[in-house]
Amino acid sequence: MISTIRWKDLGTPARVSERLVDLEVDGIPVSVPEGTSVLRAAAEAGISIPKLCATDSLEAFGSCRLCLVEIEGRKGYPASCTTPVAAGMVVHTQTRKLADIRRGVMELYISDHPLDCLTCSANGNCELQDMAGAVGLREVRYGYEGENHLDLTKDTSNPYFTFDPSKCIVCSRCVRACEETQGTFALTIDGRGFESKVSAGMNEAFMDSECVSCGACVQACPTATLMEKSVIDMGQAEHSVVTTCAYCGVGCSFRAEMKGNELVRMVPNKDGHANHGHSCVKGRFAFGYATHKDRITTPMIRDKISDPWKQVSWDEAINHAASEFKRIQAKHGRGAVGGITSSRCTNEETYLVQKLVRAAFGNNNVDTCARVCHSPTGYGLKATLGESAGTQDFDSVEKTDVVLVIGANPTDGHPVFASRMKRRLREGAKLIVVDPRTIDLVRTPHVEASHHLKLRPGTNVAVINALAHTIVTEGLANEAFVAERCEAKEFAKWKAFISEARNSPEELQAETGVPAAEVRAAARLYATGGNAAIYYGLGVTEHSQGSTMVIGIANLAMLTGNIGREGVGVNPLRGQNNVQGACDMGSFPHELPGYRHVSDTATRTLFEQSWGVKLESEPGLRIPNMLDAAIDGSFRGIYIEGEDIAQSDPDTQHVTSALEAMECVVVQDLFLNETAKYAHVFLPGSSFLEKNGTFTNAERRISPVRKVMPSLSGKEDWEITVMLAEALGYAMPYKHPSEIMDEIASLTPTFTGVSYAKLEELGSIQWPCNEQHPVGTPVMHIDEFVRGKGRFLITEYVPTEERTSRKYPLILTTGRILSQYNVGAQTRRTFNSMWHDEDRLEIHPSDAELRGIKEGDWAGVRSRSGETVLRALITERVQPGVVYTTFHFPESGANVITTDNSDWATNCPEYKVTAVQVEPVTQPSEWQKRFRSFSEQQQELLEEARETTQA
Amino acid sequence: MDIERLVKMANDIAHFFQSEPDHEEAVKGVLGHIQRFWDPRMRKALSGYVDGGGAGLIPLALEAAKRLPKAGQTV
Repeated sequence: MISTIRWKDLGTPARVSERLVDLEVDGIPVSVPEGTSVLRAAAEAGISIPKLCATDSLEAFGSCRLCLVEIEGRKGYPASCTTPVAAGMVVHTQTRKLADIRRGVMELYISDHPLDCLTCSANGNCELQDMAGAVGLREVRYGYEGENHLDLTKDTSNPYFTFDPSKCIVCSRCVRACEETQGTFALTIDGRGFESKVSAGMNEAFMDSECVSCGACVQACPTATLMEKSVIDMGQAEHSVVTTCAYCGVGCSFRAEMKGNELVRMVPNKDGHANHGHSCVKGRFAFGYATHKDRITTPMIRDKISDPWKQVSWDEAINHAASEFKRIQAKHGRGAVGGITSSRCTNEETYLVQKLVRAAFGNNNVDTCARVCHSPTGYGLKATLGESAGTQDFDSVEKTDVVLVIGANPTDGHPVFASRMKRRLREGAKLIVVDPRTIDLVRTPHVEASHHLKLRPGTNVAVINALAHTIVTEGLANEAFVAERCEAKEFAKWKAFISEARNSPEELQAETGVPAAEVRAAARLYATGGNAAIYYGLGVTEHSQGSTMVIGIANLAMLTGNIGREGVGVNPLRGQNNVQGACDMGSFPHELPGYRHVSDTATRTLFEQSWGVKLESEPGLRIPNMLDAAIDGSFRGIYIEGEDIAQSDPDTQHVTSALEAMECVVVQDLFLNETAKYAHVFLPGSSFLEKNGTFTNAERRISPVRKVMPSLSGKEDWEITVMLAEALGYAMPYKHPSEIMDEIASLTPTFTGVSYAKLEELGSIQWPCNEQHPVGTPVMHIDEFVRGKGRFLITEYVPTEERTSRKYPLILTTGRILSQYNVGAQTRRTFNSMWHDEDRLEIHPSDAELRGIKEGDWAGVRSRSGETVLRALITERVQPGVVYTTFHFPESGANVITTDNSDWATNCPEYKVTAVQVEPVTQPSEWQKRFRSFSEQQQELLEEARETTQA
Repeated sequence: MDIERLVKMANDIAHFFQSEPDHEEAVKGVLGHIQRFWDPRMRKALSGYVDGGGAGLIPLALEAAKRLPKAGQTV
């Protein structure tokens, strides 16, 4: 969808009301919902009233005095932005008197504004300039010699935008955007009267303030005061294309503003159904990786990983890969090869990878990175509710009264949704946080959790059982809902189990570390506080009981009837942009697209008829099984698209040993990532800006990804998979990803109604989309569960085997930070590293003191799997006995420490619980030394290939 | 396949089903899970290990593993 740059600003936010109000504006009859402003009513009738401080993403403020109108029967000249419509109102927006007043106001503004329009970065896209034209400003009677702000210093500290106070008109749009839209409250108006000025933090530079660089202020600014540096460098864009962000599972819609084939800036789409015009520092600004010098754009091959790379043609690379896979299969059997796809791939790409594995390799050895994040969500929700997906849309939070956040850190991991959640919490919804760390959400401006259950890592199931026990034994369950909607026999069995005293908060508090009274209070609030919604993340799934915990969450929602309507539900916050989609597309080794088991003959027959091949009915290997099988010699070749298992998967040394044991590792990626250093074939992939497809976010929303520039390598990723399949002897005659989606729709009952034409029409679609739900499904399980009756399952708490000991007395848990994304391959190649340039080890002051570790010291972290060294960050955010780190930098080796413990049902790794010892050290670990040496060697081999080609 | 890993995986599965009050359901739960989610070479390795005694498997896992079809048998 190519569109022009500007969009219509209706002045004030929309109001929702069943009652419509009729009025007349400049003789035109208008009918709008009650509560709408006169300014918006006029705009909806096509009448533009001059304005500066008003914009439709923010509540009206009424400070600029430009939007004054005359209303028959009322005295004076009210501001139309703050005046609500009334029945029978007759409004005049253009009179001689109003023109005089507006011109006078503009004169005052312009008398203290630089007259550099021709060289200003906002030239052609400046609301002040527009208003000067609209009011017919011809002179400034006050002159320009008086006291002014024109010499104020520009703040260029933020890497992505500048703050030029000399151009500021103090309209407060930036301050209000920071408060209302983002919820950070980093900006304020400092001083009074003429001294008034926008200030970040306590009169600090933007980079030194609490600003999280979400871009909401830049978006709201009507002048060049807050301006993207890319616009300052390149000028205004000339066209834009609506597409979907390639970062987290919120799946924000953006307008990629372009100048020819160059991206000028990413602007959050006001019409985006997931983000409604908001963004974060990653999606808004961190796109520079797409054109980074590290991009590899030519295919490469080599025989051994110690050999130099050889740059080759696409045909040579693809034929080499295909012949290797065929050779391995001929010698070691059909099951000796497999493939891994990624949540960073589009739906169409993922679908093709699993199709290639199933139809061309002839086995089910396909997996995706959801294995290491949300596979327990798929298992747990399917077993209880009948569908492997979250139950709500994001908008649902606006109707929530109690928000229960478990093992998620939305302000860092899902920042745009976190802003909406915080807005609802500021409106009065209650908050319960279950997390071992004091995440930002526990206490943030104007938000404070009613209960923070600061549990010991690894005791999630004990806590969820204690919450359910309280609800059941205190008679707070919604028995009518359970009786009508759930399986009676299973519920009775579960009720007997959960009612046992051993599941009470009192019995479990020694294990969980959470005071029983606090658990009981939280349970009462969840059960009786109105609409209660659960939001959870990887702190739930990445445990040895990850699937049990997801089941426990579903049990809790069913028990209280908090499912099947707006404002409630079970909401997994997916880590990456297309986790949901990758799972939907059949990239697990036991499931075909649409979560149908490979042993199901009817489903297999459907696919066999469409694909023209016989399909394997036995499940294939999961990623960890593939790695084990590689070490024992029965798995020798792998095709990996968009995933970096050597950094992101647990027990790094086990992963790299497995990769080294394989005979053919084919990596398709943007960069020479950690896995590619062990590859024999490198196929250069394309960024999300260079291809067409779709992503499906955490709310099951399928959104279009549109090509805004040519692929640097000349191929979109789906085309590469097609080439490989055809070299393997299996035809994939697609001409465009839309044809792939058509095939998905024809084979998958929940996607029957999905097509590119419908996506173009609706903007996005939440599956199921089919005959019963032609425009999609925002809320699931309304009248009945997908599986019919909801099913309670017993959730026995089984402590992890990863226990502390005298040798390993601390528990390490891992997580993410706002500015970096996952393995960091993208964000490390942007200015986002200015906020976070290394992974640090958070340690409680008492644990640090006991070990003689001071802030910034090197700390050796040793587990049963390995050892690494990180710089210490001493903080009470972690509790005594717990340490924490992120895994965005490969040299940190966070996953050298994590173990091969995993979820019982899905093998999702237990990233969140590793027993460790921490000691002060003076040098990197042995692993880090080896890593550095190996990485340097691999980089040299890459450079050699580049230099050879250039020569 | 690393048999220690497979034994641990089977035991983890059995721990989940252990609290099922109906023992036969519990055994079927473990067996069904292994059959639905394990690659045949993993099942074969576990089955072979059980033939040798199955040391390290907790009773529920052992009971379920003994019911895994042998090579050539259908499920």
